Amino acid sequence: MEQKNVMTSADQSTRLTGHSLEKENSRARVLDVGFWGLTLLLAISAGAVLLWIIVQTALEAIPAIQEFGFGFVFGTTWNPVTNVYGVLPQIYGTLVTAFIALVIAVPLGIGVAIFLTEGFAPKWVTTPIAFAIELIVAIPSVVLGIWGIFVLIPFIRPIFGFLNTYLGWIPIFSGSGGLGNSLLLVGLVLSIMIVPIIISITRGTLEVLPKDLRNGSLALGATRWETILRVMIPAGLSGIVSSIMLAMGRAMGETMVAAMLVGNANRINISWLQPGSTITGLIASQFGEAGRTQVAALMYAGLVLMILSLVVNILAEVIIRRFQNIE
Amino acid sequence: MDTSGNQPSFAYEGNDFDISAKAMAPHRRITEQVLTILTMVFAAIVIVPLVWVLVSVFQKGVDSLIFPDIFTKLPPPPGLSEGGFGHAIVGTLMTLGVGTLISVPFGVIAAIYLAEFGRGTKLAYLVKFSCNVLTGVPAILCGLFAYSIVVRPLGSFSAFSGGVALGVLMLPIIIRSTEEALLLVPNDLRLASTGIGATRFETVVQIVLPAALTSIVTGVVLSVARASGEAAPLLFTAFNNNFWAGNVWEPVATLPVLIYFFSIIPYKASQSLAWAAALVLLSIVLLFSITARYFSRQKKF
Repeated sequence: MEQKNVMTSADQSTRLTGHSLEKENSRARVLDVGFWGLTLLLAISAGAVLLWIIVQTALEAIPAIQEFGFGFVFGTTWNPVTNVYGVLPQIYGTLVTAFIALVIAVPLGIGVAIFLTEGFAPKWVTTPIAFAIELIVAIPSVVLGIWGIFVLIPFIRPIFGFLNTYLGWIPIFSGSGGLGNSLLLVGLVLSIMIVPIIISITRGTLEVLPKDLRNGSLALGATRWETILRVMIPAGLSGIVSSIMLAMGRAMGETMVAAMLVGNANRINISWLQPGSTITGLIASQFGEAGRTQVAALMYAGLVLMILSLVVNILAEVIIRRFQNIE
Repeated sequence: MDTSGNQPSFAYEGNDFDISAKAMAPHRRITEQVLTILTMVFAAIVIVPLVWVLVSVFQKGVDSLIFPDIFTKLPPPPGLSEGGFGHAIVGTLMTLGVGTLISVPFGVIAAIYLAEFGRGTKLAYLVKFSCNVLTGVPAILCGLFAYSIVVRPLGSFSAFSGGVALGVLMLPIIIRSTEEALLLVPNDLRLASTGIGATRFETVVQIVLPAALTSIVTGVVLSVARASGEAAPLLFTAFNNNFWAGNVWEPVATLPVLIYFFSIIPYKASQSLAWAAALVLLSIVLLFSITARYFSRQKKF
């Protein structure tokens, strides 16, 4: 098929009837320049989509911005009846759940990435593990949510009870015994979702480091782990930090897990075993039947989330670019 | 390990220089072993949730999969049992279809500029930067965006607006994967094509795109897999519907949204339908992901 097409275009350009050749050429040129223009236009539009989303969300939020101003970020009431809105408990919940997820996922992720790249196991062991980790990414978050409600909560309730009974003197495990739905539970499930991100980016970073680094360190008498901890990880630090940033952005923006498992309690609980609320959970659970002012307030909350996620994503992007320049 | 007595020793004889693990200071050796075992344990820990989720969904989902009801019937009113979610499968296909129709032509053509005409330009860099950031934008914000530009002007929830939200979500994935696919096409092909008098348009459409087709399709399949599991952007765009939707301008039920709504209401029958839907959705998504991975292994060049 391609072959034939190439032949015909070649035939056309070697046709010796000058007049039709010129026509042919001018049509081809118009088509060519037109095509170039089209790709350029769509590339610019694709780049502009991000700006459009930001602007559109801001526009929708204007009524709420005018009414609540900057105090929205520090307000702790969310009352659709009196139309008084503040989003501090949600910001708190978003940051705390993302933090818990990172505390669990960062050591696990970096450890597994080292296991997969530093030759601790033969290929036939690492390949299936890497494949399984890729599959975790594919699990829809709503499926993790239903699993969390009906499988994980019954399993973990006694463990939360234990933490509460014996470690209740630590503020984060204080309060009345955990019922399941809580900041800690969401953090746990989020950690499952973000571990693959940390693993894949850290792996990529470790794999492209110059071989000489490892060999030099080993030649100087360092053991395998001394090499990893003192040479490889510092050398790949920017990639690792970038992966942590991206994972954090993902954890903050994850909706269904939060909506289904956080308990949607509009309070700031110091205890991780208590229910809470996240920005995403708030939007998901209220938007469907929200009134006019409430929609604007939810859009404003969305704008706050947008800013949070832009900060971490742009940082991640900048850090990884700088790292590539060193390469 | 000096056992050689008074013999003159040389380094290369290795008598005095035992560099085997035995000679290492004990704390170094123990640290070494502990850390190695630790990473293996970590690898096992990371796999556990995957297996656990798959097993639970399979067990609980299979119980309530009643063929062919599940694909042909509508869900029962709350409190009653029997029924299915055929309408949600159709709704999922509708929203994905609209999303694919929007994002694939747009994404592929934009990627052609990045890979073929704008390589190394400032503009291409900016577009890529913006795409990477867009990938990290929470999916629910794509939903808010689609609500704002489609639902509000049209005055009602619709499958089309859900498709727009999914399209925005898929766009950066498609652009990135298509660009990578095009960059893999050897330059000789382009030079040869230009050499026999083809224009850039002819070269791209007749030579480069066909050569990169497998990888491009892989990227599209992956983006569809990613989008098909998303509930958040559909909550207030496609919304929900307990009946068969007639066209894309009406609200439709989709599998992820149905799972969400049915799992949080306290009726056994609804919950078991949610599990069955979870099994169907997870199977679809895994099938797509594994297929895409299989194709991506088949290197053309």
